[in-house]
Amino acid sequence: MVNAILVLAEQLRGEIAEITFEMLGAGRKLASASGAPLYAVLLGSEAAPLAAKLGLADKVLVADNPQLNLAPANTIAAALKTLMGQTQAGLVLLGGTNVSVGIGAILSAKTSLPLVNFCRAARTEGGAVVFTSQLFGGKILSDVKLADGRGIVSIYPGAFPVDAGKSDQTPPVEKVDVPVEAPKVVFKQYIEPETGDVDITKQNVLVGVGRGIQTQDNVQLAEDLAQVLGGAVCASRPVIDQGWLPLSRQVGKSGMTVKPRVYLAFGISGAPEHWEGMQNSQCIIAVNTDPKAPIFDGAHYGVVCDVLELLPILTDKVRARKG
Amino acid sequence: MNLYVLLKMVPDTVEELNVSADGKSLDSEFLRFRLNDPDEHALEQALILKEKHGGKMTVVALDAPEVDDVLFTALAKGADRAVKIPVNQAGLGTVAAAKVLAAFFASAAGQITPDTLLLPGSQAIDDLEGELAPCLAAALNLPYVGVVCGVRPANGQATVLKEFAGGLRAEFEVALPAVLGIQSAERPPRYVPVAKVRAVMKSAKIETVDLTPPDRLIQLEIERMYKPEAAGRAQMLEGAPEEIADKLVEVLAKNSVI
Repeated sequence: MVNAILVLAEQLRGEIAEITFEMLGAGRKLASASGAPLYAVLLGSEAAPLAAKLGLADKVLVADNPQLNLAPANTIAAALKTLMGQTQAGLVLLGGTNVSVGIGAILSAKTSLPLVNFCRAARTEGGAVVFTSQLFGGKILSDVKLADGRGIVSIYPGAFPVDAGKSDQTPPVEKVDVPVEAPKVVFKQYIEPETGDVDITKQNVLVGVGRGIQTQDNVQLAEDLAQVLGGAVCASRPVIDQGWLPLSRQVGKSGMTVKPRVYLAFGISGAPEHWEGMQNSQCIIAVNTDPKAPIFDGAHYGVVCDVLELLPILTDKVRARKG
Repeated sequence: MNLYVLLKMVPDTVEELNVSADGKSLDSEFLRFRLNDPDEHALEQALILKEKHGGKMTVVALDAPEVDDVLFTALAKGADRAVKIPVNQAGLGTVAAAKVLAAFFASAAGQITPDTLLLPGSQAIDDLEGELAPCLAAALNLPYVGVVCGVRPANGQATVLKEFAGGLRAEFEVALPAVLGIQSAERPPRYVPVAKVRAVMKSAKIETVDLTPPDRLIQLEIERMYKPEAAGRAQMLEGAPEEIADKLVEVLAKNSVI
């Protein structure tokens, strides 16, 4: 009997998150190679109705318990440990998202199994599994081997195809009971996203600015370009953290996911957290002083130059072109 | 409040990163180090909490290049104590680092009181074995919340704001003592003049707390480290800024946005 593979299905407010399908697709491949069963895990009373969407799993384990709704990482890790014991699972896949952050590290401590973080690719080598993780903002990759195929893996969002995790089949559902201790972290309320003056998810053109914009005053250069293009300015995390643009303009892991026709990235290095939020833009134009910036590996067009010099020239040229 | 900020140095990714001859680690020869970004925010959040609620604030770091400067800077910003644990951070996985820090918090130098908050940054760019905050919480059996962007302590607990995605956040109530992985402080990290840091270097001391280094640096079996090969490299546009702008205008026109 080969150890089962568990996928913690991620969901928020009654919706399955895309990362869940990425994990199911990746898990299905590993399961096929080793002959292991693939089980999806749904925790909480809000999650239970979503089981039918997880048809790629051999079985969906549902813990329909309201105490598991938005439960803290420690509670979820304890539940997963129980389920690992019940199903003889050896490999657990988790989303590398803000929702699931910390579960893997705590489950690793509880089970003494290693955690592989930032995983972008997986392959089997006999009974071993080799995972590729991206480190240092995407500048270095690391291959990590789980010799016996046992461990906990946090999957980087956007690394595996979503479609490979979807299926029209209706999976068997098994209700499971997991003991839940009184948590020391309790959900109180959602704080809805700030509605800004502009909805950056609805723009045809976005002018994104990162650390390379250097000062708050320079953001105006990007505003000028966005204005002549009929688009809006957005930013990566460092610019938002400085308070130079409101939270509603943040693109990336904690911020918005955008898919404009054209995304211009000025002074954005292309850290994975930002890339996650704009990788599906139809055309990505990156401008950066660092020729080795990771953003050039994914962008369609690249320019190595001083963004502060280029911005006003480009604004003038666009204005002239539009007449 | 009893505030501990855990500071970690990471390689500056603005510099070129190279893999060492063993093919399994970073070449440290030309590596420049800087404070992990979220840790900078953890420090700021602790300063804000101390200003609002009073108490004592300690910054703690393992040994790494340029870490003394970072500790003195934290003192200049308003930390009361700076502690360096002389265990070399190089090659240390998160699990081992958490073990060393857990030993610090079990010692007299790192007492955890009922009003204690441990504030590491939410994550770091080299967290191959996972984030420090949950590892530490597990080692100390304390509650944990990550990706935190706001903290309001009251009556032996704290209301914390956690980021999800798409700008959605949520409030959680956490019993103290607790570990909070800070993503961003309520305000941008403050600036402190170099002259003030220099003055602190003369007047203040960094405490050293000796602890046993872990016997195992990293749990994971790293097969190799390497630079990514670009899947599809961008088409690079070259020339003087004027020429580049002309080419970009053509690209924008081709994509029907002008």
